[in-house]
Amino acid sequence: MATVPAKRTVELSLGETLERAQAALAQHTTIENRQSNIEAQPFTLNFGPQHPSAHGVLRLVLELDGEVVTKADPHIGLLHRGTEKLIEHKTYIQALPYFDRLDYVSMMCQEHVWCLATEKLLGIGLPLRAQYIRVLFSEITRIANHLLWVGCHALDVGAMAVFLYAFKEREFTMDFYEEVSGARMHANYFRPGGVNRDLPQGLTRKIGKWNDNFAKNVMPLLEGLLDENRIWKQRTVGIGVVTPEEAQAWGFSGAMLRGSGIAWDLRKSQPYECYDQLEFNIPVGKNGDSYDRYLCRMAEMYESCKLITQCLERLEGDLAGLPIKIENYKISPPSRGEMKDSMEALIHHFKYFTEGFHVPAGEVYAAIEAPKGEMGVYLVSEGGPKPWRAKIRAPGYAHLQGLDFMSRGHLLADVTAIIGTQDIVFGEIDR
Amino acid sequence: MTAQPHIDTHLKRADLERCAELCRIALPRATVEITPQHEVQLTVPAADVAAALAWLKYAEGLKFSQLMDVAGVDYLGFTPAQPARFAVVYHLLSVTQNLRVRVKTYVTEGQGVPSVVPLWPAANWYERETYDMYGIVFTGHPDLRRILTDYDFIGHPLRKDFPLNGFTEVYYDAAQQRVAYKPVDLPQEFRHFDKVSEWRGMTGNAHLAETDNEFKREEFQ
Repeated sequence: MATVPAKRTVELSLGETLERAQAALAQHTTIENRQSNIEAQPFTLNFGPQHPSAHGVLRLVLELDGEVVTKADPHIGLLHRGTEKLIEHKTYIQALPYFDRLDYVSMMCQEHVWCLATEKLLGIGLPLRAQYIRVLFSEITRIANHLLWVGCHALDVGAMAVFLYAFKEREFTMDFYEEVSGARMHANYFRPGGVNRDLPQGLTRKIGKWNDNFAKNVMPLLEGLLDENRIWKQRTVGIGVVTPEEAQAWGFSGAMLRGSGIAWDLRKSQPYECYDQLEFNIPVGKNGDSYDRYLCRMAEMYESCKLITQCLERLEGDLAGLPIKIENYKISPPSRGEMKDSMEALIHHFKYFTEGFHVPAGEVYAAIEAPKGEMGVYLVSEGGPKPWRAKIRAPGYAHLQGLDFMSRGHLLADVTAIIGTQDIVFGEIDR
Repeated sequence: MTAQPHIDTHLKRADLERCAELCRIALPRATVEITPQHEVQLTVPAADVAAALAWLKYAEGLKFSQLMDVAGVDYLGFTPAQPARFAVVYHLLSVTQNLRVRVKTYVTEGQGVPSVVPLWPAANWYERETYDMYGIVFTGHPDLRRILTDYDFIGHPLRKDFPLNGFTEVYYDAAQQRVAYKPVDLPQEFRHFDKVSEWRGMTGNAHLAETDNEFKREEFQ
């Protein structure tokens, strides 16, 4: 195990320095004398935190035997911002934007889990249109996340073109974010009780057009670049194999679990929102290696496209023009127009944005199927306008912990491939 | 359009009660309840945690094979007062039975909790995080180091008596040419915005599910 260098200096006199040098020399000679039966020390390599394939700020202390990894000790926390502590000092609405910044490549999914946890504790339902809008954007986010994943993963193992094509498409998903919330990344769009505002006119048509093209042209293009790519297969087939037992013991979720053959997806098994009204399949892998997880995630993107199509149909059809948040003005703010006419509305608006709504005392755990796996929030409320405790269960945290057993026995170059297949993002791991 | 339930629509009361009943029989020292939010919650003494979790993992008909989360909670100043200052909360998931359970244990400061790393290797980092954030010690943990905070960090930041702005701040020391620490120096006093007013308009909504407590648009007119 690598030790952290102590942060203090010891002042030595000249005599002491000499003594130490002699002692070291004596030790060296004894080692040389016993050359026949000395044990080779493993080579310790410091990987990151500023390595392009460390996916952010991962410091990895690797022990190598030749070029084979014998132990991997991830040092995390370089991006720790104290999100949970900050949330304890904010109202439920003020806490929401922090969730965009957890897993900063699948923003709206994180907002989603916070909204669900709050709504569960409040005991409120949601208008159907709001549910469909949320699912629509969760699935767009899933595609955005998987596009970043496939691009970066391929880039890590040496395929440049995929990255360029994937990021070009990802720009469109950012455009949809921008149209709906005004921000391209940190949207702050979902709200406990619905979504912030309705979809702008013409957005459904735009998303539909992009979605059709994506499923028909872009996905085959990406698959064509990788599916049968000799180098890609050499770098992923049989790399980072996880058995179903291991995946469960290590708390894996999402594609890391499904790649190992366990058919588990919270959207199917513990449906939230309107997922039980929609038709989609859960791709499941067989071998539990990086290539199977790649296939799973690619298939998931097709399923997301199907879900988007279904959501758009309903949103343009029978759900057009219906409310997008609950009409309980203790939970959602009154409109600007109402504020002009009604004193009550003005008071509620003011109290909503300063004091915030009060959430009944209790504790809940809410989880969603985020693109990376199970994203959960354990929420404890004292009954006031601020949460007492909000523990964020990030999927990447459990996955990165498994890096040690996944990379043992693999070559050094495979470590980057395994980090890639785990879909690591440090915002959610360090929180 | 009325609001529709959208969370945990799959849950059946019978499944939860079956799970709770099995726990009650096998774990007599645990307090088993089904919370109003339809979650099974077990409260066990700290010494029993490892045994209770082991039973839950292997019990026939439950098989909570996955440890999803371990969270610490600091109840300092919480109303109503809790049995002890800290709580360690485990969230388990059964993939085969499609069930979740929460196991909670209260610990006082300095009291140890048996580690469950032998049961689930996933517990390793979760327990390290709980130790880092709250200073709760897990006995038998193979490698109880800090995980999220800086090397040589002092204190446990998620404790309620740890200030939001911390005790130290980092800066770049041009003379030493390295990043160094100094005590926090705020140019303006830290302001705590506690806007909970005497007006009870926002507080009387504890039972929002009941329609008579809803405040609707019509009431504005």
